[in-house]
Amino acid sequence: MTANGAAPAIDVRHLTRRFGAFVAVDEVSFEVRSGEVFGFLGSNGAGKSTTIRMLCGLLRPTSGTAIVGGIDVGRDPEGVKRRIGYMSQRFSLYEQLTVDQNITFFGGAYGLSHERLAARRAFVLDMAGLRGRERSLAGTLSAGWRQRLALGCAILHEPTIVFLDEPTGGVDPLSRRRFWRLIDDMAQAGVAVLVTTHYLDEAEHCHRIAIIQAGRLAALGTVSELKGIFESRRIVEVRAPRPVELMRALDAMPEVEKTSIFGTAVHAVLRSSRTDVAVVTDRLAASGITPTACVVVEPSLEDVFLDVALSAGREAGGAVAAPGGGLA
Amino acid sequence: MTAAGKVRAVAVKEMRQILRDRRSLLILLFVPAFFLLVYGYALSFDLRNIRLGVQDNDRSAASRELISAFLNSGYFELAADVTSTGEIDGLLDGSDVRAVLVIPARFGADVRAGRRTTVQMIVNGDNANSATTVVGYTFGLVSTVSARFELESRAGSSAGPPIAVEPRVWYNPELRSTLFLVPGLIAYIAMLTAVVSTSLSIVRETEAGTMEQVRMAPIGPLPYVLGKTLPFFAISLASALGIVAVAMLLFDLPMRGSWLALLGAVSLFLVGAVGFGLLISTVAETQQVAFQVALLTSFLPTLMLSGFIFPISSMPVVLQVVTYAVPARYFLTALRAIVLKGVGPAVFWQELAALALFAAVILTLASLRLRRQWA
Repeated sequence: MTANGAAPAIDVRHLTRRFGAFVAVDEVSFEVRSGEVFGFLGSNGAGKSTTIRMLCGLLRPTSGTAIVGGIDVGRDPEGVKRRIGYMSQRFSLYEQLTVDQNITFFGGAYGLSHERLAARRAFVLDMAGLRGRERSLAGTLSAGWRQRLALGCAILHEPTIVFLDEPTGGVDPLSRRRFWRLIDDMAQAGVAVLVTTHYLDEAEHCHRIAIIQAGRLAALGTVSELKGIFESRRIVEVRAPRPVELMRALDAMPEVEKTSIFGTAVHAVLRSSRTDVAVVTDRLAASGITPTACVVVEPSLEDVFLDVALSAGREAGGAVAAPGGGLA
Repeated sequence: MTAAGKVRAVAVKEMRQILRDRRSLLILLFVPAFFLLVYGYALSFDLRNIRLGVQDNDRSAASRELISAFLNSGYFELAADVTSTGEIDGLLDGSDVRAVLVIPARFGADVRAGRRTTVQMIVNGDNANSATTVVGYTFGLVSTVSARFELESRAGSSAGPPIAVEPRVWYNPELRSTLFLVPGLIAYIAMLTAVVSTSLSIVRETEAGTMEQVRMAPIGPLPYVLGKTLPFFAISLASALGIVAVAMLLFDLPMRGSWLALLGAVSLFLVGAVGFGLLISTVAETQQVAFQVALLTSFLPTLMLSGFIFPISSMPVVLQVVTYAVPARYFLTALRAIVLKGVGPAVFWQELAALALFAAVILTLASLRLRRQWA
């Protein structure tokens, strides 16, 4: 039950999926409210897609329940499909068909009436900015256009719950920005949006974020809640001419818990938030390194992700990789 | 409304894709006609208008009668009148003639006296098949003429030759191989359009990721499969009936049976073929694999093991057993019965039943596989 008393749009409890001996999704529980943008973060193979496929009724859960739009996906997968919209990173359109013909097909697939399809067609063309290109082949459109058309086709039937599986891959930054405005608009209109992404800067747009690691939910909360895991610690960003040497020196300090590379800088997590930056600079000077910069920074989502993933990975005994790309 | 509407949505989309894809459309529409022409004209085992040289050393009424029997048969045309044996080498070497008929002097006198005589046929053997055919024609013509001479020489007496053969070749009196091949072509082309196109079009959707998107929509496997296969069924049906029509026009194919029976047999065969395409698409993950599987499991058996070209009865026993699993085998028998014999379903109901059984088994297998993939 959510704060306002309404049933959540997506209610997942102890959801588990095994493939033979391999546990792809392990006892995952979370809720997504109407009007909420819920981010799903995790490395490749962490179990994001398997979870989405179960929530969409494409894959049966081994155990646990998932109520989507009031329907138990394990019991009525077809009923779920009528209430949700789904768009994958592949922008699955028929490339040899025109914009218009794609809309017509998906309208028919969702069983839209003639009048409703006409209204929705107009909405999608406006939303995607495809007015005047109705007769272009979908395959000839740029990635940004195809992405918005794919979204339009996925929400023709006005679903109250939308799943977006890495929807911004391979799209230019301007189009990404525009796409996130569309996501915000949908949420404003009361749609529950569950979105997976590799781009951690995008994840900051989400109201709440779940980090999934090796099939388990490793962290869940708002962006600021997640950053709260660094409450008792402190992150120092250090720059020096030779980063490898710098990292080695930092790792050797008793005050430093761990280090990671961030572009041309190194982030050092200090064990205590009371440790002064001067301690770090002094110790670096002692090992003959003069940093060009050494400042306390606010934890970014990437710091959170690496911290969570590393500890979860250590528990599971597996290797951990940060989500690829877009780390700038 | 919704289920029918969804079938329609998928079918319309599929048809638009087919129309957009010029290459596939070309394969579906023109390759059958092309095959028909190539096979109809080139894959004929008959020989007509064989160029014949004649060396008539007798020039009697009897020798002229023998020569005109050759020329009137329609198989031979007179290409050279040979006066000396020395010319024959040059004519055969230069391929001016395919065969030379040499009639000895005193041929007429011997015939009139009822004495045994011999004519010589020199045949160019560089193509063994046509040489055999020419020799066969010669035997046939000569024995007919010689029987007539024998009767004339015993004029007055009532006795004819002890045993006379009166050949009557039914359904295809002129023994034209085109008539025999066209039904096979229909099976072959139906296999091409139905199995290959169906399997490719579904695998293409898996490859492009649109399959996943479609599965996310509340279409359900049955309307999807129906919508997906109906256009291919319609196209291959039109293609098959078109072949019959073209064959009637160009090759004088007699359509002796009812069109309804033809439609029924073709439809039954196509349902199985489309089902087979579906089954392949549930196994193959790329279009390349789908094409190869389709080629090996349906295309080649239809060509080799259906009795299209090679008679089943002259195959090794092991292969004969295998042919029972080739639906084209039954289809061909039924088709020849309808087109050439003009008989009703009472005669070929067993073939129809075998086709129905094949279609049922294949569709069951395909839907089991699909259901597992879908949910």
